[in-house]
Amino acid sequence: MSTQYDVTETLDVKGRSCPMPVVKTKQAIDDLETGDVLEVLATDRGSLSDIEGWATSTAGVELLDQRETNDDGERVYEHYVRYTG
Amino acid sequence: MSTETSPPPEGDVATLQAEVEALREEVATLKDDAEDQGRKMTIIATKGSLDMAYPPLILASTAAAFDWDVTVFHTFWGLDILHEERSRNLKLSAVGNPSMGVPNLVAAVPGMDAVATRMMARRIEDNGTASVEELIQLALDQGAELQACQMTADLMDYEDDEFYDGVTTGVGAAAALADMGDADIQLLV
Repeated sequence: MSTQYDVTETLDVKGRSCPMPVVKTKQAIDDLETGDVLEVLATDRGSLSDIEGWATSTAGVELLDQRETNDDGERVYEHYVRYTG
Repeated sequence: MSTETSPPPEGDVATLQAEVEALREEVATLKDDAEDQGRKMTIIATKGSLDMAYPPLILASTAAAFDWDVTVFHTFWGLDILHEERSRNLKLSAVGNPSMGVPNLVAAVPGMDAVATRMMARRIEDNGTASVEELIQLALDQGAELQACQMTADLMDYEDDEFYDGVTTGVGAAAALADMGDADIQLLV
């Protein structure tokens, strides 16, 4: 499966619950360059609203997309965040 | 009586214009400052049971991810969260906890707290929930200030080197108040 985004880095926080998806996303974003896209893979259902809320109120990040996929029976929430500098 | 209003003397108009100009500049500066300043949150953490250690730590590490300025002032049992050894052994109390589903009389039986704590610890692990230690490191790494109240540290005989590295010690009520004074959010846990 291909994504429509040019993903620079992938962060796997599957199995981790609140607040780890958001906190780890922020830490990963801090290591990126302007324009880079971070893909976040989570199994925490709360990550949908958490990452959306974080992206809305944090300067320098843009939430491109959020998707729900099925990985061998496990529900995975994919988030695409761009660092806008 | 004259119906004509005499124009104000030249000097006054110039003074007023200068004052208006000065005020405009001041407003612009204040606006810039207000926009530059991110939010600030101060939490007072007073409890040291396993369940009560989580809310301040989760909020602190998340707020730091929002680039907020975060201070957590730990006092009384809240100090146990910052105490390296004690933080690994925080307990859950079965007594007075209706969610445990056992009557207080049973909950008060010796050993019940240990059972309740073990149950919660297993759930924390199974659920992928961060440990207290992990959250403390995350909060500190992201620049949150975790303060240990000096008066209660003395009261409980905790030495500075018993707290995690990076914890701010020697802090009192005045420092906490000064922080709360210019915080947008103040919480007592």
